[in-house]
Amino acid sequence: MSSENAYFVPHDAKWPIVGSVGMTLLLGGFASQLNGSTSASNVMIVGFLILVYMMFGWFGEVIDESESGTYKSNEDASFRIGMIWFIFSEVMFFAVFFGALYYIRSFSVPWLGGEGSGVLTNEFLWNKFEAAWPTNGPGDVGGEYEKMGAWGLPAINTLLLLTSGATCTWAHWGLIANKRKQLIIGLALTVTLGFVFVGLQMLEYSHGYNELNLTMGTGVYGSTFYLLTGFHGFHVTVGAIMLTVMLVRSIKGHFTPEDHFGFEAAAWYWHFVDVVWLGLFVFVYWL
Amino acid sequence: MTTVTDSHDDHHDHGPAKGWMRWITTTNHKDIGTLYLVFALIMFMLGGAMAMIIRLELFQPGLQFIDPGFFNQLTTVHALVMIFGGVMPAFVGLANWMLPIMIGGPDMALPRMNNWSFWILPFAFAMLLGTFFMDGGAPAGGWTIYPPLVLQGGNGFPFMVFAIHMMGISSVMGAINVIVTILNMRAPGMTLMKMPLFVWTWFITAYLLIAVMPVLAGAVTMLLTDRFFDTSFFSAAGGGDPVLFQHIFWFFGHPEVYILILPAFGIVSSIIPTFARKPLFGYSSMVYATSSIAFLSFIVWAHHMFTVGMPLEGELFFMYATMLIAVPTGVKVFNWISTMWKGSMTFETPMLFAIGFVIMFTIGGFSGLMLAIAPADFQYHDTYFVVAHFHYVLVTGAVYSIMASVYYWIPKWTGNMYDEKLGQWHFWLSTVSVNVLFFPQHFLGLAGMPRRIPDYSVQFTEFNMWSSIGGFAFGLSQVFFCYIVYKTIKGGEKATDEVWEGADGLEWTLSSPPPYHSFTTAPEIK
Repeated sequence: MSSENAYFVPHDAKWPIVGSVGMTLLLGGFASQLNGSTSASNVMIVGFLILVYMMFGWFGEVIDESESGTYKSNEDASFRIGMIWFIFSEVMFFAVFFGALYYIRSFSVPWLGGEGSGVLTNEFLWNKFEAAWPTNGPGDVGGEYEKMGAWGLPAINTLLLLTSGATCTWAHWGLIANKRKQLIIGLALTVTLGFVFVGLQMLEYSHGYNELNLTMGTGVYGSTFYLLTGFHGFHVTVGAIMLTVMLVRSIKGHFTPEDHFGFEAAAWYWHFVDVVWLGLFVFVYWL
Repeated sequence: MTTVTDSHDDHHDHGPAKGWMRWITTTNHKDIGTLYLVFALIMFMLGGAMAMIIRLELFQPGLQFIDPGFFNQLTTVHALVMIFGGVMPAFVGLANWMLPIMIGGPDMALPRMNNWSFWILPFAFAMLLGTFFMDGGAPAGGWTIYPPLVLQGGNGFPFMVFAIHMMGISSVMGAINVIVTILNMRAPGMTLMKMPLFVWTWFITAYLLIAVMPVLAGAVTMLLTDRFFDTSFFSAAGGGDPVLFQHIFWFFGHPEVYILILPAFGIVSSIIPTFARKPLFGYSSMVYATSSIAFLSFIVWAHHMFTVGMPLEGELFFMYATMLIAVPTGVKVFNWISTMWKGSMTFETPMLFAIGFVIMFTIGGFSGLMLAIAPADFQYHDTYFVVAHFHYVLVTGAVYSIMASVYYWIPKWTGNMYDEKLGQWHFWLSTVSVNVLFFPQHFLGLAGMPRRIPDYSVQFTEFNMWSSIGGFAFGLSQVFFCYIVYKTIKGGEKATDEVWEGADGLEWTLSSPPPYHSFTTAPEIK
């Protein structure tokens, strides 16, 4: 192997330790906050800012290296494989919450209602509880509530995300065909649709909290609803920020038709949150 | 901000940075491997110290030294420290040191992320260990952190949750790095089925890590929201189920125990052929057996919860699926023994530990098979029999393989031979004491002594005394191990490049110690 093809091994990585300090302050501050400390939110903010600083620094360095041609096909392959496995880890993270939802809907709630081996539980602990979905449990935890309908905002949101998936691919076609304008318009549309989605999601939450009395404390329905949609919404936000970075880079003239893995990684991530949403729409809202 | 231009310097001549900052900013796989290994050793001694206090309290019935709450904190944190701070980082350290060399690559594929994977760990463990000094002390609900018990803990609880999140992030990044390195950094000609088994087993381990660490993260997140944000995942009143947590936890937990043992299989599969001076018997069957074990690990989780009140079909399915694991494991043990069959064997310290592994891990495997029988498990569940079982597979299994690999590779790492005589002493002291420590616990468990309780009925006294004496001796033997390692790093007889006359593999083609950048030119693979 000649030295020109040698794998790029960077030296003196100072961002990781910055990230560790930021992460520790953010999470340690959050834990203290949960324990009732009043000043811990300041620690959290500092930690968060350090993390943001780290991301700007670290990703900035990588982008500079990418633009200066440091990365060849070997490094590119590493990034691709790494991103695929990162997305797999995210899939498994959502799988836990989907798994919890299925378990609750097909096992724990019916058992509480007296099905199978739950006869005695129902008879002696939660008499007269009838299994149904959605439910806030035999203890009526959180009080009266209404179900979040599927065919209002969630249906609109489904359309928005599916459209954004299409605009994202259209932008990619533009990039491959070296049509910079199509790339920028496509990305701008995608990012806009993404943030509108997040906005509508917040509107939906406020509808849930204020009008439906559907909160995180609404038994297991509220728990699964808010954690599943909440983590998804967070991932959409992250994906939209990633795509915004790609938009800025596209405007700056980064990427070539052959070499644009940063864009592709963000697009992969975007399609991933898209697919998760389809699962959510079917199993959390619709069925 | 760094300037980008200095990243274009000549990679071939670049040595380690000067001063202590080297260890903080390093991207070198050997430096990071060393950091991991040193960190793991410190955690091993710390977790060991906790075990010493536990064994001290259990020396006699009644309460002597510590109060029961603190005892529970110790058992909980001992396990978390040993699993996430001891064994896993030790394996990642070995992977960092050896994988790039074994596959003929220049370094790990994602060097900066590699640095971060390590440097999250000290912070995560500072957070976890810090809980000892908080209101309500460290988490005390057992390492399995079952609700509702764990939700009743003190201020340490959210810190433990976030510490676990950080360990998870570290593990997932480390695992991604391993997979990318194996898939992308192999020298030309190093096909998948030519890779040393340590590489193969780590490949599969990394897959398991990426698949299940997010599951643990999800589980502890639900615990956190149940305690602080009013959710009802694990509360029947709200329609949830505490047993749901056990399902999720063990869906993580069972692959996790293979994460703790598959790299050990790889290590032993490297060491035994060297000292038997024969190639490994049944290489491809080893690869397939490892893959089968990994697959089966996803469909056996509920054997940890036979007594929880599952439907009968569940009990039966998980019982039979668990027993199936004995098949690929049996293949492995058979292959190790067949490798030794008619070999020209010598018994240097690494080989002793490897043979100790095969014998004692198999004992742990057999007690695992006993535990797999659902109707019998109703008797064994949560007794010292379980404690004996998993300490046989983890201490005389995983930890023994790590000891074996340290003796096997430390001449390569440092360029110095360890003191063979001291190594032999360490092996025999450890092996005698570890059996005195854990073997009686089988009998205690079968007689009904429950785990995680600081006091016990008087008829258990004698076995507990034996166990404690074995424990103290085993603990001291590991202090002795630290001395041997220290002495080897400081000096000793110079090691040759090949180190072991029967050794096969790329690591033995490099100098001892190897150059700072492993293979800047890809080696020829026959």
